[in-house]
Amino acid sequence: MVKSITSLTGSGLKDWYLQRISAIVLTVYLFFLLGFVCSQSSLTYQSWSSLFAESWMKYFTLLAMLSLIVHAWIGIWTVLTDYVKVNTLRALLQLVFVLGFFTYLVWTIRILWGF
Amino acid sequence: MSNPKNIGFGDLMKYKFPATAIASILHRISGVLLFLMIPSLICALDESLKNQQSFLMVAEYFQSPLWRFLLWLFFSSLFYHVLAGIKHLFMDMGFFETMRSGRVASSLVIVISLVAAVLLGIELW
Repeated sequence: MVKSITSLTGSGLKDWYLQRISAIVLTVYLFFLLGFVCSQSSLTYQSWSSLFAESWMKYFTLLAMLSLIVHAWIGIWTVLTDYVKVNTLRALLQLVFVLGFFTYLVWTIRILWGF
Repeated sequence: MSNPKNIGFGDLMKYKFPATAIASILHRISGVLLFLMIPSLICALDESLKNQQSFLMVAEYFQSPLWRFLLWLFFSSLFYHVLAGIKHLFMDMGFFETMRSGRVASSLVIVISLVAAVLLGIELW
């Protein structure tokens, strides 16, 4: 039986499930952000920065970024598996993307918590 | 004859694709597009939170023709990807899985997204 070793969970069913969960989290976050921006007659640095100064917003944003990484990794893995049939090249590309995702996570943490 | 038959780019024009196929590939394309724009988004968030000056710089950047176009592309792709994603969730529940309902749902998603893209374009310019 073929086992996938570079997909997120190695299980098609688990990936399927996580893709939906992460999608829902991301959609909720998106709607919240859009709602916030639309509720401001004009978006100022004050209102924007005070939103992200709130602890709950930092945790929410971190959750959204983690969901984005899960969602994007499964998506990109699917696309790469479909189009890149040379295994070594695909593995290399996957490595590059995973490093990219790690960078996004660290960058987001630094933005939110300032270190 | 070998099955499955892989078609190359040259063969693409010879096939007539149903709305369901177009909806599906658009979902993939919009996904990849959104993925490519993630670094710019994180950068914009970073700068917009640093201080008043960089916040205004970000706002100014978004006024430029290039960034207006990219913003339009981003939000149009996002709109499509989320709407088609919601259709996916409905399909998980068993809806839109007949040939007819599938085509109707796919066409609807595409048309609504096109309208949204046009409205967004008008809004941004």
